[in-house]
Amino acid sequence: MPSETHIEIRDLRLAYGTREVLHGISLDIRRNEIFGVIGPAQSGKTSLLRCINRTIDFSPEASVAGTITVDGEDVRGAKDLYALRRKIGMVAPLPVGLPLSIYDNVAFAPRCAGMNRKADIDAIVEQCLRQAALWDEVKDRLDSLGTKLSGGQQQRLTIARALSHQPEILCLDEFSIAIDPVTTMRIEDVLKDLRKNMTIILVTNLTQQARRLADRTMFLWNGEIIELGPSDTIFGNSPRDRRTYEYVNGLFG
Amino acid sequence: MSAGDTQPAAQFSFAVRHAKRPAWALIGERLLTALIYACGISAIFFVLSIFVFVFKEAAPVLFSDRFDLRQFLFSEQWYPTSEINKRYGVLAMTAGTFSVTALAMAIAVPFGLGAAIYVSEFCGPRLKETLKIIIELLAAIPSVVWGFIGLTVMSKLIVQFTGAPVGVNILNGGIILALMSVPIIVSIGEDALKAVPDSYREAGIALGATRWQLVWRVLLPAAKNGLLAAVLLGVGRAVGETMAVLMATGHAVKIPHSILDSVRTLTANIAAELGEAPADSDHYRVLFLIGVLLFTITFFVNLAADMAVRGIRKK
Repeated sequence: MPSETHIEIRDLRLAYGTREVLHGISLDIRRNEIFGVIGPAQSGKTSLLRCINRTIDFSPEASVAGTITVDGEDVRGAKDLYALRRKIGMVAPLPVGLPLSIYDNVAFAPRCAGMNRKADIDAIVEQCLRQAALWDEVKDRLDSLGTKLSGGQQQRLTIARALSHQPEILCLDEFSIAIDPVTTMRIEDVLKDLRKNMTIILVTNLTQQARRLADRTMFLWNGEIIELGPSDTIFGNSPRDRRTYEYVNGLFG
Repeated sequence: MSAGDTQPAAQFSFAVRHAKRPAWALIGERLLTALIYACGISAIFFVLSIFVFVFKEAAPVLFSDRFDLRQFLFSEQWYPTSEINKRYGVLAMTAGTFSVTALAMAIAVPFGLGAAIYVSEFCGPRLKETLKIIIELLAAIPSVVWGFIGLTVMSKLIVQFTGAPVGVNILNGGIILALMSVPIIVSIGEDALKAVPDSYREAGIALGATRWQLVWRVLLPAAKNGLLAAVLLGVGRAVGETMAVLMATGHAVKIPHSILDSVRTLTANIAAELGEAPADSDHYRVLFLIGVLLFTITFFVNLAADMAVRGIRKK
């Protein structure tokens, strides 16, 4: 079990206007672990991810308090925001295919980072598409528009894209809601492999997915951490908080 | 969140299954369909009837023996009121129209698109509102006022800075037309960029793109159809503009050799001479033929644009 802290969050408060959605949460995410986040809708899971890669800046009404550090560097005062975001791969619940070809979608981040040798980019595109279990389906039509793929394929394309800048942290926000179970299992296997090279934050509504993959899991509810601990405990018969047991077993309320 | 919060529905009702819409609602829908159909079809009707009218006025001279279409298109001899040898060559004026339009676009397209990108992506919300209002104000200035500025202010400046003998020339007309096209390009271009979903911006930024990389690699490709439309409406404005260029370009029928030469455009020529040409004379009909020529030019500009857009879409 890895133990070095990768992301440290202290007393994070987030409000959209006057509505506070994260009520001062503190947690550490360790390097090279798969960190599961479970919880019902509206509990602040996505907002947490958006705070980490600072895409929360796109919501002008959002106000953030508290500290988040990645590798000891304060995220909110980051000097080079672009370098920070390059460290973090993000997969949204519904695929956002950029209006570019499949190849250009995956080559986007390497090119933005300054890579321009065709052979290098080719290699990365193939590697990422393979990791996202998409290569075999698209290798003959890399030039066609990414938005013409089916929903599940597009989602795998966004996963390939999130891997394309070889992030240190990969955030997956309910990545499997548009993907069939077989592909989901293939990607889950890939995630287990990727853990060697990156920290993975897995936000999921499928509690069983967190149970299968996550080393530790956090149960977030209404912007508060109900329980955070090893997945064995969270999904076992005796988590510390009764509500965790009830949520995980579908007995909530 | 818990089951206790939601009241269990006491009794299911299936009233919707038996609901019926009144007859007038169905008839009303049919009528509205017919009405908007008529609105849509009328556009075709109007364009066709304008073309037919202009062409009908021009046809007698076009098909007469006295008239040579090749001479009309490729001669620069424009002597419609000569006593002995009337000549109707519009090449000089076509060259005038193209040169002024080209200069105007060379100035207005980079300026307009740059301003659209700045307003949409880079400037703060308050400055953005101010800029948009001012740009729309710019679009509301009547063309005769632009012509007036060209004739008095610009003309003096051009003489002063370039040493040209006359200040009303291609440069003057081009700048005035550019100033008139920029607001159109900015406001439509800004709309096109605004129509790009924010999720693209967020996805691009999350991949580590800087603002410029985002604009260059994501927003411009995503908005290219709208931006092309913005540029073409600007071109349309420039090709069709009459009053301002009439006043600002010097009205001389000759093929220009530098941007400091005076020219006459096709539109300005029609405006200036139609009032003096005797009705149903050859001169009068040739002026309508120039109208047909303008029609054809704009048609091909639009067609080219349409094909460009389709080409972009297919890829």
